[in-house]
Amino acid sequence: MAALAPASRTDSRFEPALMRRKVTGTLFYGACVAAIALLLLTLIVLLVDVFVRAAPWLDLQFLTSPPSSRPARAGILPAIVGTLEIGIIVGVVTFPIGVAAAIYLVEYASDSWINRLLQTNISNLAGVPSIIYGILGLAVFVRALAMGPTILAAALTLSLLILPVVIIASVEALKAVPHAQREGAYALGASRWQMVSRSVLPAAAPGIMTGVILAMARAIGEAAPLILIGAFTFVTFLPNPISGQYTVLPIQIYGWANRPQDDFQGISAAAIVVILALMLILNALALIVRARLSRHIQW
Amino acid sequence: MTLDMPDAPPAVPAESADGQAPAIRITALAREPRPDALGAEPVIELRDVSCYYGSFRAVRNVDISVARQRITALIGPSGCGKSTLLRTMNRMNDLVPSYRTEGRVLFDGQDLFAPGVDPVAVRRRVGMVFQKPNPFPKSVYDNVAFGPRINGYKGNMDELVERSLRRAALWDDVKDKLKQSGMALSGGQQQRLCIARTIAIEPEVILMDEPCSALDPRSTLQIEELMAELKRDYTIIIVTHNMQQAARASDTTIFMTMGDDRAGYVVETGETIQIFTNPKHRLTEDYVSGRFG
Repeated sequence: MAALAPASRTDSRFEPALMRRKVTGTLFYGACVAAIALLLLTLIVLLVDVFVRAAPWLDLQFLTSPPSSRPARAGILPAIVGTLEIGIIVGVVTFPIGVAAAIYLVEYASDSWINRLLQTNISNLAGVPSIIYGILGLAVFVRALAMGPTILAAALTLSLLILPVVIIASVEALKAVPHAQREGAYALGASRWQMVSRSVLPAAAPGIMTGVILAMARAIGEAAPLILIGAFTFVTFLPNPISGQYTVLPIQIYGWANRPQDDFQGISAAAIVVILALMLILNALALIVRARLSRHIQW
Repeated sequence: MTLDMPDAPPAVPAESADGQAPAIRITALAREPRPDALGAEPVIELRDVSCYYGSFRAVRNVDISVARQRITALIGPSGCGKSTLLRTMNRMNDLVPSYRTEGRVLFDGQDLFAPGVDPVAVRRRVGMVFQKPNPFPKSVYDNVAFGPRINGYKGNMDELVERSLRRAALWDDVKDKLKQSGMALSGGQQQRLCIARTIAIEPEVILMDEPCSALDPRSTLQIEELMAELKRDYTIIIVTHNMQQAARASDTTIFMTMGDDRAGYVVETGETIQIFTNPKHRLTEDYVSGRFG
C-alpha cells in the first residue's frame, strides 16, 4: 500500500501518531486472545486429566451398577437415576411457576416501586449462595412439611434455588419481544391473555426455554444444598422420589473423591465424565430447542 | 411505545399566534351533525375530543367527521398529535397508563368511550396498520389467520387467508410460501401482510399510522394503489408526513398543527384537492406549500 503523500499544509495542532495507535490496538487484541487462551487451556487440562483417569473405569458395567465398596464392581446407576428424577421434578416445578411469575412482572405488573423492589429482590435471590437454600430446604421441606430427606425435598429445594434464575431469564426474554408485537395483537382484537399467550409467549419461547434448560443444568450440578438436606453417598438401590434414601451425581462424586484408595479416585473421575456428558446433552438440547422455536423469528 | 409526542414547538408564523381561533371556527363548522360536504355518511365522528398524557394535553377540542368508504388523510407537523388522535379511534392509547380522552368518539353513532364498551371489541371493528411493519414471528398463513382465530372465526380458514392475501395484493407473491416466516418477506410485502392480517377480521375502518414511512418508493406506490382498491369496502384513515402521499392518495384531508401550549388541534378539513390548491387558512397554506413543518 502506498503511503499517503504528506498534506501540504498539515495543521501542527494534529498529532496523528498512527504508529502508536496501531500498537495500542494490537496490544489490546493480544490481551483478549491471551484471556480466552488461558480459559481454554485450563478447561483442556482439566478435561484431559479427568478423561485419562476415568478411561479405565468407564464401561457399561459402571453405568448400570450400584456403588460397591469393591472398586471393580462400583457403579453409578442410582446416582444417575436420582439426578434424572430430580431434574424432571425441578423442571416440572420451576417451568410453570417461573414463567408465570415472569409474565406477571412484564405483562401485568404496573411500573410501581413495589414491583421494582420485587424485581431487584429476585435478582438478589439469584445471587444467594446455594448452601443457604439447603438450610431453607432442611427447615421447610424436610422438617416443617415432614418430607424427610427424600428426592422430593431435594428437588423442591433446588427448584427454589433456580427459580430466580428462571424468572430473570424469562423476564429478559419477554422484554426482548418488541412492543410492536403486542400492539399488533391488540390491534386485531386480542384480549390481554390472547396477546400474551399467542403473540408474546411464542416469540419469547426460545429465550425462556434456553433459560429453563440452563437453570436445570445448574440444579443437577449442585451438591452443597443436598449435603445439608440429607443426600447419601452410598445408595445401592434406585431411589423412590417420595420416600427413602437417594443420591445424585455430584454427591456421589464427592463421596468417592473423599475415599483414600486410588481406585476410587479413578471412579470419581469416571462419574465426573458422566455428569459432564449430561451437562453437554442439556446444553445441546437448549441449542436445538432455541433453533427450532426461533425459526420464524428475525428481529 | 412509538407515540407521536411533541418534541419541539413548530415554527408557527407570528400572525397565527391566536391559536384558539381556528379551533373555534372548525367547531362551529362541525357542530351541526350532518353528513360532510359530499353527502357521504360519517362512520367516525369526533366531538370536542381532547387527549391527555397525564396532565399534558396533547390534542385539544377536535371536531371532525370521517366519511364512509373514503380515504381521509391526517397531516400536520411532527408532534401535533396526529397519531394520538388516530389511536383514540380504536382505543389503542388505552394501553398507555397515563392516557385519558375527553369528549366523544362516535363510531356508527355509538360512543367508543362510553362505559361498558370493551376496547377489545372496538379494535375488532376498527383495525390498525402501524408505521413499521410488525408481522408476527409466525408463518405467512398464521399471520393472516391470527385475527380470525382469536375472534372465533368458524368458516373456512384457508379460503379466508387466500381471500385476505388477494385483497392485499400479496397472494401472487406468497402463495408458494405460506408456511415461511412472515418476517422473511421484504418490507413492502410485510406491510401488505399486515394489511391482509387486518382485513382478515373484516373491520369497517382501517387506521394507518404512517404505513409507508419505512418503505421504499416502489412499495409505497403499491400500498397507495392498494388503499385505492380497499376503499370500496373499507373506510381508511391515514396519518402521513408525506404531503405528496396525502395529495395523491386521499379524498379528504384533515390538517392539524399545534398551538403555543403544544396541544395539537385541527386547523382545517376539506376535500384534499381544496386543501392543497385553495386552503382557507393561512396555516394550512404555509404547511402544504412547505413553508413550515
